[in-house]
Amino acid sequence: MSTAILEEKAPAPSTGAPPVVNDFSIHVATANGSGSMSSNNILMRSIFQMGIPVSGKNLFPSNIQGLPTWFTIRASKEGFIARRRDIGVLICMNPETAHEDVRTVAPGAAVIYEESLKLNTLRNDVHFYPVPFQKLVLELVHDGKLRRLAVNMIYVGVAAWLLGIDMAEVEQAVAKQFKNKAKAVEINLTAIRGGFEWAEKNLTKSDPFRLERMNATAGKIIIDGNAAAAIGCVMAGVTVVTWYPITPSSSLAESFTDYCRRFRLDPETGKPTFAIVQAEDELAAIGMVLGAGWAGARAMTTTSGPGISLMSEFTGLGYYAEIPAVIFDVQRVGPSTGLPTRTMQGDILSTYNLSHGDARHILLIPASVEECYEMAMEAFNVAERFQTPVFVMMDLDLGMNNWMSDPFPYPEKPFDRGKVLRTNGEIEEHVKRFGGFERYKDVDGDGIPWRTLPGLTDHPLAAYFTRGSGHTERATYSERPDDYQNNMDRLARKFETARKFVPQPVVSNGTGSRVGLIAYGSSDFAVEEARVILKKRGIETDYLRLRALPFPPAVAEFVAGHDRVYVVDQNRDRQMYELLTLEVRGDCTKLRSIRHYDGFPLDAESVVEGVEAGEKR
Amino acid sequence: MSSVAEPKAAPTNRRGLTVKEYGGLKSTLCVGCGHDVITRQITQAFYDMGVDPHRVAKMSGIGCSSKTTAYFVDRGHGFNAVHGRMPSIATGSSLANPNLLYIGVSGDGDTASIGAGQFVHLLRRNLPMIYIVENNGVYGLKKGQFSATADLGSRLKTGVVNDLPAMDLCAMAIELGCGYVARSFSGDMKQLLALIKGAIAHRGTALLDVISPCVTFNNHEDSTKSYKWAKDHEIPIQEIGFVPFFEEIQVDYDPGTTQDVTLHDGSHIRLRKLRTDYDATEKMAALTLLHEAQDKQEFLTGLVYVAPEKKDFISLLNLPEEPLAVIPDEKARPRPEALAEMMEELK
Repeated sequence: MSTAILEEKAPAPSTGAPPVVNDFSIHVATANGSGSMSSNNILMRSIFQMGIPVSGKNLFPSNIQGLPTWFTIRASKEGFIARRRDIGVLICMNPETAHEDVRTVAPGAAVIYEESLKLNTLRNDVHFYPVPFQKLVLELVHDGKLRRLAVNMIYVGVAAWLLGIDMAEVEQAVAKQFKNKAKAVEINLTAIRGGFEWAEKNLTKSDPFRLERMNATAGKIIIDGNAAAAIGCVMAGVTVVTWYPITPSSSLAESFTDYCRRFRLDPETGKPTFAIVQAEDELAAIGMVLGAGWAGARAMTTTSGPGISLMSEFTGLGYYAEIPAVIFDVQRVGPSTGLPTRTMQGDILSTYNLSHGDARHILLIPASVEECYEMAMEAFNVAERFQTPVFVMMDLDLGMNNWMSDPFPYPEKPFDRGKVLRTNGEIEEHVKRFGGFERYKDVDGDGIPWRTLPGLTDHPLAAYFTRGSGHTERATYSERPDDYQNNMDRLARKFETARKFVPQPVVSNGTGSRVGLIAYGSSDFAVEEARVILKKRGIETDYLRLRALPFPPAVAEFVAGHDRVYVVDQNRDRQMYELLTLEVRGDCTKLRSIRHYDGFPLDAESVVEGVEAGEKR
Repeated sequence: MSSVAEPKAAPTNRRGLTVKEYGGLKSTLCVGCGHDVITRQITQAFYDMGVDPHRVAKMSGIGCSSKTTAYFVDRGHGFNAVHGRMPSIATGSSLANPNLLYIGVSGDGDTASIGAGQFVHLLRRNLPMIYIVENNGVYGLKKGQFSATADLGSRLKTGVVNDLPAMDLCAMAIELGCGYVARSFSGDMKQLLALIKGAIAHRGTALLDVISPCVTFNNHEDSTKSYKWAKDHEIPIQEIGFVPFFEEIQVDYDPGTTQDVTLHDGSHIRLRKLRTDYDATEKMAALTLLHEAQDKQEFLTGLVYVAPEKKDFISLLNLPEEPLAVIPDEKARPRPEALAEMMEELK
């Protein structure tokens, strides 16, 4: 028995309700720019350190200071980390939203609030804990300038007492949050301890929510998807990053920059093995990526929906001129104003067919921070193998929120740099095998031609002229119908080759059920949870999680093997469902759509309700 | 039977290459197009300078001018980008491989209108490349609409009058920090050749705004971008001599009347002043000159501004000697200890 673990048990509730242990959400309502992010991270990390699976979601406005913001921490002993619709514990710090916040919590919830707001008159079916935050902060923090921020630390202490969070873990989390800056640690810890002690002395616990130590997070990391993808790019040997700031993708490029400055300097010369340029706009960002890819670098950009729109023209050129490029699309609700800080799987259709003519693109769709890391690396292999722009379709929920994960494994796979002739010898060898070198000729039967890079060899066959769709196999200018059509057919063959090369779907078959679910990206967390709930309620489901477009053959097989297949989309226009109806043709009447598009991340209940509604019909 | 006389060997440059080996495809532009004259001067300049042709990267956007990169140095790779966005392709490619000699050819539509955004940022970054604007004041390939460099009050063949002021690309370039700014005329081949050689020798963006009449759409009587108008109005501000780094320098010039500027690769550009008070290394003087010329509707040509010491974008980035495009995989992927350190911090 591990007696070494100190357990700071939550006070027993005074009412007879059965305890709810390690299975509820904490919802913190504050004002943007009030420093609550640090408090919320400390709360989340303390729970994580207690061994309890946890996830954190920041529901924030498009604003720097003043507008309401919410942070939801979900503790789940079963490891479910999707958004949970019902709130167990509410912390009300924002007078502007307090009334609305209290009205929306489930009956039986615990509500911690600033005493002067007098919220306890609003309902009689929740547990109220009034706390004089403003009075306490005057006593606890002497520096007037710091009070506005420190007041949010007091609720960490109150919550720690109420829920039974180990104060030793809180102390460790504070040290981590403030990177051991002694003064900051001291001020914040004083506020937290003050809150804890005040609550212990003045409150009586009546709600059932408790946190108890588990052992489900040992060795795990907490990371957001953008940072995970950035580490993937660092490990993928990306050398050129050109980007234009846009929420929610900026932190991907910024994390990449930070990690590169530490881990991507040449040990001998100290020089960077990377170049990062903040471009003047997304038109330039993608242009620079294509220029760099053309010249042989592993290059990428990061953006979101509005940026994708601006990249449309160049992406078409990239498709036709066959240049490797990687574009991270951290999807959000578009367009420029509206809900730019909310999540959506909004760019599936537009990105798949982005640009003019018959352009079609390879999309990789990670569903977890691990996959953000892995697919970031894989995207460059795919882009260089297929000599084409490849999109990594993340979303705000995955990219900007904190997720628990196993540490990322060191990549075993070497880089796949694709079909490149780098030296005179390689070109000569190619000429011997195929009778010549022609930039756009399919000598291998997979639709993928060979390419040379500018300036690497003086072989007389090496140089070619890069242009759009009108060219011969030798890359010379042509407007002849047969040249154009041959090239288009080869590009289609290349796309067919990609179906089997891209990350294949994850299929959970074998329940014997006639009901299937298809989902992709960050919906996976809610779908997996929904399957457990559905099973408990008598509906077994098989599940195919898509990880890339174009659809691999397994997708049509999965649909063929089931009577009803529910396709989960986080958008109004059921974008993946629409692409699937084109893909499975004869079987398309089997498809049903479950949509979620209110700007918040998908929750399990929404999926459960969608399936149940369909199955009752 | 008489024997065939040994053909006289074509002359070669310091690299042992003939001028033909700096050639490209046959032009498909209109007969008499100013752009073809510029193409010939580019070819000649690359030959004279003994540039390694396979290390030339030719960049262009869309338009008649942008087609011309196919007409010279076909031993170098070329990239015909989308309309107005050649600068970003050139920037990306330079990041991947800065060891190439980048030459971009664009037009006034491609640069001053649709490409204005990327053009100004290219100048601001001072990306090492030669940027030639073949400026005829109209869209040729799109059949004769005014561009943003058309002079105020000039008239199209169709009778349409331009009532917006012209953008002065040279003034814009100086303002944004470009260190080699020239204006020339495709009819002034000697000057143009010297200016292109100077651009090859310069490190940083070298902007050449070359008036290049469109014989089809803008060469009529009312035009201010016609051969006749340019010939009649051209006022060279200097006589330009060029001494490449591989030739011995003569010191027989009068410092009072001639300005000698040493360029990045050690070549010299000799500016025999036709306006005695003009100093091409003075930024404010250059701007004043351009503004006055615009007011007086003078067509001044020559090296308007030169600042050879200005730091270029690639140097600012402190890139390794080995181009990023060919950096070995083991240098580009951190070792297991590095990933372990990243993971440890996230626990």
